[in-house]
Amino acid sequence: MRDLAQVCLWLLVVLPAGVGALLAAARRANRIAIPISLATATTMVGLSAVVAAARPAVSVPFLAGTDLALAVDGLAALILPTLTVVTLLVLLASTGEIHESTARFHGLMLIFAGAVAFTAAAATLPALLLAWEIMGAASYALIGFRWRDEDRMSAGLTAFLTTRAADLGLYAAAGAALAGGAGLALANLSQSSPGWRHVIAAGILVAALGKAAQLPFSFWLSRAMAGPSAVSALLHSAAMVAMGGYLLLRVQPLLAATGWAGPVTTGFGAATALLLAAVAVAQRDLKQLLAASTAAQLGFVVMAAGAGTVAGGAAHLVAHAATKALLFLAAGVWLTALGTKRLAGLRGVVGRWRLVGWSATVGALALAGIAPLSLWATKDAVLTAVGEQSPWLYATGLAASALSAAYAAKILVVIWPRVPADRRAEVEAHFDEEERGNRRVTLLQRVPLVLLAVGAAYAGLLALPPLASTVARAVGQTGGSHASARELVVSAAVTLAVLLVILARRRLPEPRWALRWMGLQAAASALVTRPTLRCANALARFDDRVLDRAITGAARAAVSLSRRAARFDDRVVDHAVTSTSELSMRVAARAARADDRWLDEAVEHLATRVRRLGRLARRPQTGQLHQYYLQAVVVLLVGVVLLVTLG
Amino acid sequence: MIIFLPLVAGLILAVLPRLSDRIARWAWVAVTAVDLALIVGLWLRYDTPAPGGLAFEEQAAWIPGVNSSYHLGVDGLSLPLVAMTAVIFLACAVYALRNRHRPRGQAALFLFLQSVSLGLFIAADLILFFVFFDLSIVGMYFVIAGWGHGDPGRSAMKFFLYTFLGSLALLVGFIGLYVAADPHTFDMPALAAATPLAGRPLAGGLVLAAILIGLAVKTPTVPFHTWLPPAHTDAPAVGSAVLAGVLLKMGTYGFVRIAMPMLPQSWRAWAWVIILVGVVSVLYGALVALAQTNIKRMIAYTSVNHMGYIVLAVGVAGLVATDTAQARTIAVTGAVTQMVSHGLITAALFLLTGVLRDRAASYDMREYGGLAATAPSFAALFAVGAFASLGLPAFTGFIAEFQIFTGSVAAAPATAVAILGILITAALFLRALQRVFTGDTQGHSVGFTDLHPAEVWSVGPLLLLSLLLGVLPRPLLDVIEPAAASVVDLVGR
Repeated sequence: MRDLAQVCLWLLVVLPAGVGALLAAARRANRIAIPISLATATTMVGLSAVVAAARPAVSVPFLAGTDLALAVDGLAALILPTLTVVTLLVLLASTGEIHESTARFHGLMLIFAGAVAFTAAAATLPALLLAWEIMGAASYALIGFRWRDEDRMSAGLTAFLTTRAADLGLYAAAGAALAGGAGLALANLSQSSPGWRHVIAAGILVAALGKAAQLPFSFWLSRAMAGPSAVSALLHSAAMVAMGGYLLLRVQPLLAATGWAGPVTTGFGAATALLLAAVAVAQRDLKQLLAASTAAQLGFVVMAAGAGTVAGGAAHLVAHAATKALLFLAAGVWLTALGTKRLAGLRGVVGRWRLVGWSATVGALALAGIAPLSLWATKDAVLTAVGEQSPWLYATGLAASALSAAYAAKILVVIWPRVPADRRAEVEAHFDEEERGNRRVTLLQRVPLVLLAVGAAYAGLLALPPLASTVARAVGQTGGSHASARELVVSAAVTLAVLLVILARRRLPEPRWALRWMGLQAAASALVTRPTLRCANALARFDDRVLDRAITGAARAAVSLSRRAARFDDRVVDHAVTSTSELSMRVAARAARADDRWLDEAVEHLATRVRRLGRLARRPQTGQLHQYYLQAVVVLLVGVVLLVTLG
Repeated sequence: MIIFLPLVAGLILAVLPRLSDRIARWAWVAVTAVDLALIVGLWLRYDTPAPGGLAFEEQAAWIPGVNSSYHLGVDGLSLPLVAMTAVIFLACAVYALRNRHRPRGQAALFLFLQSVSLGLFIAADLILFFVFFDLSIVGMYFVIAGWGHGDPGRSAMKFFLYTFLGSLALLVGFIGLYVAADPHTFDMPALAAATPLAGRPLAGGLVLAAILIGLAVKTPTVPFHTWLPPAHTDAPAVGSAVLAGVLLKMGTYGFVRIAMPMLPQSWRAWAWVIILVGVVSVLYGALVALAQTNIKRMIAYTSVNHMGYIVLAVGVAGLVATDTAQARTIAVTGAVTQMVSHGLITAALFLLTGVLRDRAASYDMREYGGLAATAPSFAALFAVGAFASLGLPAFTGFIAEFQIFTGSVAAAPATAVAILGILITAALFLRALQRVFTGDTQGHSVGFTDLHPAEVWSVGPLLLLSLLLGVLPRPLLDVIEPAAASVVDLVGR
């Protein structure tokens, strides 16, 4: 049984990734893509049910002395089935939206689904980071699914780069965890040495805030709406963005252990919940409104992690996943059918397709926090815990819930009232302004909406007794877990009042700062992107003009030096040699002349003398005997004289 | 054995007079495939040698006068590089099946280069190392000058002179080691065991400086990198792949094989300088790459960035403290993994840019657009290569960079600034993808022919290998980790 569950856990991540990779790589698989993809997603639902029940753990040796470990604990057991069910429903609904390159679309979606399951079950930092970044890359590829539009590609680029910038925190956290001595397992991070623990918590916090589109990173989610609606329904509400909040819930003990990280996390969550709700109120585009609302709702999950109510946060995550997937799918249905997602073009749309309209209405009411629908209870479970820590943060949270009622009401006042006949042309002018609508809603698009509406309505049970304490036990949380009765009543009253006021007045302020998402992207562009590009260009110029030229200059200097040396060689050394040789030639010539003139002459002179002497010496040889005698006498006499004088 | 098979085959190819081009091309593929098979066999029989020792050791007298022998052997640092070299050369051979320009000479020259490269990674003697080091420069000079485009003569000359000058510095350092060792020797294991110049910081520093400059030119690190972009831009695709994939590794391999074990004290003394050079290379290389419009120049600068990670990690290994031994081992393991990873991925990317040159004779990204419509396979493979290069998990780049970052940050928190490098790399690759492949089909993209089988079968396996080792890194890491630990021990002496 244990082995089977372990195999199921591996299959849960490997199967969609493998099938997805094959589909994405296959050239001509468009026709079989949908059945294969739906079969895989259905299998994933079954696998997730098995692992949620059996809670297996698996690991293989990976790197840096750490295992690639997956483990299903209570939190993962709650999230994994949610993810797989939403994935299946979204893939079902996408068949009505995506008609071209279906193999690529379903392949990427399955790769994403595998990565998100991996993230949810990851038990060590390397495993988490591995899946975490693949989610980001899949998000990039899916936002830019229609790659012929430059705008969608750069939206994907913005999303990927923003979340990756935040992900750098995870790399730093991994280094710190290694230095902290407690290992890279997520469960042990809180036992790291106190100094390093702060770095780990900060790194993880930044990465999670980035993925969850919290302030100041929220703008990427606005750009991400350029992707297909099915993508927004899965990635940008139920799965990827949610994983940011999920990670914080998972490392809640670490946040608590540092002392500062809990309150800071709550602060970021509260600020996002309030401000992004205001942004959502001001939007005129349905998907933009939903995106801002996603960031705001994730703010509650982040607050939960900071305030230590993991059960409340998890319940909110599940309820929000169903609600927001539903609303994004509805937006997608209308976009595909009518070609617009502008609120001005969606007036009275409930009248066209009743079932879609009613489902969306359930979703909007749940989003508003109207009792007894899901987000009412889950949100209040979070706010109760927050209120125990700080009344100010509680007030902020309550204001944020009031604003959620406002933006949900904004949707309702658009889609419900019947458009008078004389103003119908005004609305229909917006049709097909973004893409060509086909004016159809298929059965496969409707079924998921209804199922998700059921989820959106009832998921709140997770935060109400008696289920709430089961959930709390499952995620290992001690102490109070569900909303207090007073809190439930107050928030139900507030949201209902706001909803009714807006339904009656039908007008909401749309301040410019909120409409433009508080200028976050402009700020990021002015503070980060443009300076970086300027710096890059300056360095490239420096590289070409200074560094390279210095090297080329050095080479040129060497060449000119050698040329000069050559000249020196020609003019001085060679000249010296030449002139030396000339000199020696001249000396030689002179020597030769001297030779001719003096030596030779002297020699010949000597020879002449010798000859003359010889002739002289021959003279006594007369051949006559008496002359010889006379000579002998003379010699004898000379000898005697010499003897006498010298002796 | 493995080294000389390609050399002999190359000589035969060059000498045999009436050999058709077709046979020459296929012979090249066959020889590289056999060589790779031999190396795979070697890998399967490989057992981790004792620390400081080598497996499959061979030694023969060579120049006994200076105690230099023909000494070969592999360990966990060299075996992965040897295998990577064989894989890259095989991919180049397959890619070059479409080459019509003097294929016989090219095959002979590349087989020569393969012998030289394999020899360098297996050499266990400084003189032998140096000979292979210089021969690789000579071989690559002819590749660029003979088969390049643009202004190949000038680029080749620049490459040759610059790296040759570096190799002279290297030679000076080697002679310094030889002179300082007692008894005088050029044998690597002997020198690593003896650590000459241990007690002499000035002389040790000077010798290390000479060796570092020689290796830094070859690696290359900032500021010695300016020969790289023109050499890559003007080299043929296979030349660039080998240059980036194999030749650059000779520099980084020198760090872990020669500088660190033989001059541990000087290495520790200069560790922060090395780390600084590494961090600057990472950020500078990435930023300059971000500003490029020529795609081949861009990839060349990302090589500077990727090599910077290696320099950073080996620098960190010099920051000896008792409680960071594990972190430093992880950093060095990451560095060696990065050598393999960069080889596979960058070789694939350079082969792919060769397709741009082949079809439209332009590397300028602004002259393309919407290429994914006319060349979907090309776009898909390039996108995979780009994501692998920017360090996406499930590819080897992540395995390498994750280890480098965690090890470095744990041992020296200030090095965390280098992590920014992967963000800038991501930005530049995504921008390149967007410019070249998406949007309206325009410029050279119109009528662009998609990949031919030879191109798919050369690039595809490289990326697939990177994916496989990225998902299942243990076979690679099991070989590298003991060797990295022993290098860290040696530096800690």
